[in-house]
Amino acid sequence: MQCGHAGPRGVRGACAPWLPIRVAERRWQAYAVAAGASPDECHGQRMIAWTDVRAADGPRWDTFPPDVFRMSNPGTPQAVLRGARKRYGKVVALDGVDLALHAGQVLTLLGANGAGKSTAIALLLGLLRADDGEVELFGQAPQVLAARRRIGVMLQSAGIADQAVVGELLDLTRSYYPRPRSVADCIALAGLDGLLGRRYGRLSGGQQRRVQFALAICGDPELLFLDEPTTGLDIEARTGVWRAIRELVARGCGVLLTTHYLEEAEALADRVVVLSRGRVAAAGSMHEIRAHVAQRRIRCLSALDAAVVAAWPGVRDARRDEARLEILTDRAEDAVRRLLAEDAALSELEVQRAGLSEAFLDLTRDSTDDPRREAA
Amino acid sequence: MRMLTPSIPSPARRHSPWRSYWLETKYELRRVLRTPSFVLPSLLFPNLFYLLFGVVLNRGNGDATRYLFATYGVFAVMGIGLFAFGVTVALERERGLLAYKRALPMPPGAYLAAKVATAMIFATLVSVLLATVAATLGHVALAPWQWAALLAVNVLGVVPFCALGLLVGLLIGAQGAPAVVNLLYLPMSFLSGLWLPLSMLPALFGTLAPAWPSYHLAQIALRVIGMPGDGGSPFAHAALLAGFAAVCWLLARRRLARA
Repeated sequence: MQCGHAGPRGVRGACAPWLPIRVAERRWQAYAVAAGASPDECHGQRMIAWTDVRAADGPRWDTFPPDVFRMSNPGTPQAVLRGARKRYGKVVALDGVDLALHAGQVLTLLGANGAGKSTAIALLLGLLRADDGEVELFGQAPQVLAARRRIGVMLQSAGIADQAVVGELLDLTRSYYPRPRSVADCIALAGLDGLLGRRYGRLSGGQQRRVQFALAICGDPELLFLDEPTTGLDIEARTGVWRAIRELVARGCGVLLTTHYLEEAEALADRVVVLSRGRVAAAGSMHEIRAHVAQRRIRCLSALDAAVVAAWPGVRDARRDEARLEILTDRAEDAVRRLLAEDAALSELEVQRAGLSEAFLDLTRDSTDDPRREAA
Repeated sequence: MRMLTPSIPSPARRHSPWRSYWLETKYELRRVLRTPSFVLPSLLFPNLFYLLFGVVLNRGNGDATRYLFATYGVFAVMGIGLFAFGVTVALERERGLLAYKRALPMPPGAYLAAKVATAMIFATLVSVLLATVAATLGHVALAPWQWAALLAVNVLGVVPFCALGLLVGLLIGAQGAPAVVNLLYLPMSFLSGLWLPLSMLPALFGTLAPAWPSYHLAQIALRVIGMPGDGGSPFAHAALLAGFAAVCWLLARRRLARA
């Protein structure tokens, strides 16, 4: 059965049909039709909830969205920086950065202020031109309108006029895209209930941020640029945005995320690139980045003398917090073995791997203190 | 936030960039109308000035009332072009709106086209108000084509001042733009003979006058209402204005691309 249009996402003329996303779309379509939606109902915009598709039994679809979306390298990248350099006068903002964004993946850019995150985004959006190196957005220069019609953008400051009304902003921004998302979906995804008739300038900072998120996703983009999307949001709104991002990613949308909240990167990112002074200090999966820091933290209730434990091989630090002993070590297994051997009464043993914040601090500290260790 | 439903695109409407131009203009106009600090001065001041200097203080002097009707129209559209552009564009550029719009797939030029269209709509409004005052309180009598032609002159005449305002706004920045625009606006109005005929001023002013764009627009407006002005061809004045607008635009464009 052939239905004239695609399933979960818009038909993209320029999108190669062999890409995993397109294959999955056709399967989705065929499935939706098989599940009872006649093509006519499709044309009549009958919405089939994601949950319906997932709940329906079927050999292939119980793991929907298919794992193909989560592959580490699903074909051609959506956007690329190759050896990109950019300087402002004497200040080098980017010094040969490589970056590739893939469909269905969240790439998080981390780095201190001035590390080059915003410059990298500005190059990919076509706001700046690289002095050297290549910049591609869907295989084209980012200045090409057709390429930008496939992206959604949320910048740190949008500069939207206070007198603009939210509904108008949504209407206008949707008009830039060939196949915009329905207003109802934008409201649902960004949590804009009841804000449509309000003036932008009279919204709270968090509400304004949600409006900007809605504008970023309203074009049903294949690639989203989110520059610190949850700054100023309360916890509930933030988890809402996270949920929306995860849904979009599960449907094959690529995301470039910058954030100051490391827990946000940990919650969302598939891949992490750490920028430091305009260079890539580290790149890899979240797991790999965390592994940069071998340190683990051991906590236990023990009577052992902290000063003695601190002198054990591989132990970086040991300190006592009332009854609790806290040990920082590169070789947690050795330390645990010895702890158990020396203190039979030891209890409440806890071993933690360092979080992203420790890894991140460690990586940027390395690259600022000792440039030779950057490659490590 | 609820579960996302896959949005099946409607095959009915084809995407047209012209819709973006239209919406951009519509919402820009609404935004401006929600800004009383722009609407009231730009619509009321020229009318109040004309009422005071053109009608009340020149009671019985039909020629002066007619002359000032033409020149206050120029004064009004000049203010709209300079302030709507000079100040707003500078402000929006500094707030990051221009960069945001450039990152979005907005059709190129939609932003500026909407601003020019809005300025033209305001020029129409202020011209109609001024014409009403002139026809009723000022007893200015003109042929129908003259009313229409004067309206066209004002509406098109706003464009060179938009270009000048754009250039000033981009060069000076939002902080200084209002002051500089006022510094251009008021002296230029006086020096172009918008408040007093140049013949009533020392000869030097008349010699300098062709340097101001507002002088050329005023000359065209005066010809339309049947006053000789300086006797130059209105087409030469129009060509000069077009050239002036083009130069301002070219200079502004380079800066705009770096917004």
